[in-house]
This record gives sequence, C-alpha cells and structure tokens, in this order.
Amino acid sequence: MSQEKGWKELVPGGIIVEAGNAKEYKTGDWRTEKPEVNLEGCIHCFFCWAYCPDSAVVVDSENGKMVGFNYDYCKGCGICASICPPKVITMIPEES
Amino acid sequence: MAKIMGFNGNAAVAYAMKQINPDVVAAYPITPQTDCVERFAEYVSEGLVDTEFVTVESEHSAMSACVGAAAAGGRVMTATAANGLALMWEIVYIAASMRLPVVMMVANRALSGNINIHCDHSDTMGARDAGWIQLFSENAQEAYDNLIQAVKIAEDMGVRLPVMVTQDGFIISHELERVEILEDQEVKQFVGPYQPRYPLLDLEHPVTYGPLDLFDYYFEHKRSQIEAIDCSLPVIERVGQEFGKVSGRSYGLLELYRMEDAEYGLVALGSTCGTAKETIDGLREKGKKVGLIKIRCFRPFPKEAIVKAVSPLKGLAVLDRSATFGGFGGPVFTEVRSALYDAESRPLTLDFIYGLGGRDIFQEDIATAFSRIEEAVKTGRVEKPIDYLGLRE
Repeated sequence: MSQEKGWKELVPGGIIVEAGNAKEYKTGDWRTEKPEVNLEGCIHCFFCWAYCPDSAVVVDSENGKMVGFNYDYCKGCGICASICPPKVITMIPEES
Repeated sequence: MAKIMGFNGNAAVAYAMKQINPDVVAAYPITPQTDCVERFAEYVSEGLVDTEFVTVESEHSAMSACVGAAAAGGRVMTATAANGLALMWEIVYIAASMRLPVVMMVANRALSGNINIHCDHSDTMGARDAGWIQLFSENAQEAYDNLIQAVKIAEDMGVRLPVMVTQDGFIISHELERVEILEDQEVKQFVGPYQPRYPLLDLEHPVTYGPLDLFDYYFEHKRSQIEAIDCSLPVIERVGQEFGKVSGRSYGLLELYRMEDAEYGLVALGSTCGTAKETIDGLREKGKKVGLIKIRCFRPFPKEAIVKAVSPLKGLAVLDRSATFGGFGGPVFTEVRSALYDAESRPLTLDFIYGLGGRDIFQEDIATAFSRIEEAVKTGRVEKPIDYLGLRE
C-alpha cells in the first residue's frame, strides 16, 4: 500500500483522467487457476485470443502463432481452455 | 430600482432557473414541486431558455440524467420533493461522489407513510449525509436568492459539489409573496459562464467517471470528499457577501435575530424562522431576552459559527421539523448539541420536534419552547430533553 497515493493527491471525484490506464491495474493476482498450453498440439486457430475477455493471450502476429499467456492480466477464467478446439489448454491450480 | 414580482416560492425558483438558463434540466413532477417544473417547462416551450428539458419517467432517472449531463459538461438543474428525493437516493450520493455541481430545489414535504403532501424536513434531513451542500430558505425571496447563489457555490473550482436549495412545501412553495428580482444580465454576470471540469464530451481528453473503486482507494476518495464539503463553508460565506453587493441582500451561514444580549435562544430552519421572529419581537416587548439562530446552511454544518452564537446563552431550544426514529432527538438537535460538547460554556439545550406532515406551528408554540427552556434553566431540572410542540397526547 505504501507506494499508493494519499487522499490529497487524488483527482477529485475519483475520475480517471488518463485514457487506457487499466493497463496499470494488474489483475493476474485474482487468479486461482492458470491456463497452460501444450504448443505441440496447438493448431494456432486463435479462438483463445478472440475469446479472452482480458486480451491476455499472447500471439506472434508476424508468424501467425499463439505463443502463450500474459499472466499479469489473465484472471484464470478458463474460457480459453473451454473453447480450445484441440483441447491443448489446461487449467491448473495456481499454487502448483 | 429593483423589480418586484408577486411570486410563490415555486415561481421564484422557476424564474431564477430561467435567468440562470441551465444547459439541461431533467425533472419529474411531484407535489409540491410540480408547479416549479411546470413553469420552467413553459419557459422552455416559449423559447425563453436554451435548456434541454428531459422529461424522465421517475426521479431515479431524473437524477441519473442530471449526473450524465453534468459529467458530459453541462450546467444542470432539477427539482423534487419527499418521495421523489427518496427515489433518487442512490444517484443523489453518486452526484456528490463524482463532484458534479448539480443544483436541485427541494420543496420540503413529509416522507410516506402514511402518505402526506405537506411540509416537514424529513426528506432533506434524510439526505443530509449524501454529500450535498444544503441551503434552507425562510421565504420565497430566499428561495430565489439561494438558488442563484447555489450555482456559484456549486461551480466554485474549490467546491464542485451539488447543492440542494430547500423551501418549505406549500408554506413557501405555494404562497404568494413579494419577491425582488435581479435583472437577467445581473444574474448572468453573477453566476458567470460555466467551465466544466473533466467533461466527458471533451474527446481530446477522454476520462472515466465512476470506475470501480475498492479497498485500495475508495477510503481516500471519501476523505477527499469530506475535505471538499468542509472547505465549502468559506465559499458559501463569500458568495453570500458577493450576492449582497448585487442585490442588497447579504447571506451568511446563519442569520442571528435579536441575539446581541439574548439569554435564551431558539434554533430553527426554514419558514418557521419568520414565525419565530414575530414571537421574539412580542417576547422582547415583555422584557424577555430572547433571540433566534436561523441555520441557513445545514450542510456543511457550520459548527464554529453556531458554537460562537449560542455558547454565551443560558438556554437553547432547538426546533426539529423531522424525527429520527430511535435516535437521540432530531437531526438539528443532535448536531447542535454535539457541536457544543467541547465549548467552554454551553447552554442547557432542549429539543422540540414539531410540524410533522404540515402541522402548523404558531407563535404560542414558540413561546412555549422559550418558557420551557427558561423554566429548565431556573429550576435546574430537565424532565424531557426531547419533547413535541403542537402534538395531541
């Protein structure tokens, strides 16, 4: 908490005056389960990328490849694992 | 030479709204406020104002539309009463939390149930902790004057909070009075052009209003909101003085009437202060050293001014036009007595709840309050710290 701002430093009314600053709010620690992908079986269909509500699927757009997950923002909802056509994404408990 | 009009309180407020010419008014009719909004709607239909008038389907929507329009960057007003204010509740808090300078007239009316359309202060007293500045009016003139000042107070860059201007339902809202009005140009100059802060419609500087605010920042935001309303006290006083220069009628946080050598005081809000002044004049003629402390600004609570005014007194009667069920006296009493706790000297203080649901208060009732407090001081005995005026047992 120590690095967070005190009340005198805040914008009145709790208004957010910087566009796109949700990026600074890392939601990855909300997770109880995390997705892991077995890239050997991945068909790079990008379904996980399209469905991810947090844009937390990392892709190599130049080569058209799914690469992995951005765990700073992945909330562990499991939608990617659920919709993956070849079933190569697995949800595993966070602590393991 | 000031222009004189025959106005009831609703008409006076509607006329002030016309002169202010807000960008947006969103309102839903409710007795005894209806007459005010109807009159303003006529100004809109006659093209006398530039206002976008939003006819909403409820008060919850009225305040929601006000919040949206104010966040977008408009100067916004509304009006309501009683159950209408209660239906707005959720959004009333949000308007203050977002620091939106919405101005709302409330024609004070009793909250249901049972259903009642007449005056008491239960509606606005219920909203006293919502974060709005609250100005009470004694008559139609003050309702007009307060509404114009409310715009300037709300929009002050150091304040940026919504302001509620109250007038007693029917007693002020529907009774014809002599009202001195300013010229349109004087009102326009007094309130000045509106400068929105962080308007949503400024596409070059996109902002977010009302985001999720959890345990990490909500508390700090509330603390800054507390600071904002506390710091509005000197602004309310300054605007009251500035209004005096334009109109000849200056306003403070309180109005003290015949308090210079008073031994016994009465605290009241709204139209009852007129009745109290008449009563005090009569009692003074009989040699009683009595005076009135009229609270014009109830939120923020002007603690220091009240302590200064009443601490030299021997006895103080507080009049509350609302009840707090299960509380220790009415809201005015609770605040006044709590403020006095740290004072070096403080008067014996009694609470009198009166006038619920529009029950009339008479000069005899106010004289009774004075005699009760005098008796308590002289005998040193308080049998009932909280009692009722004008109630059948």
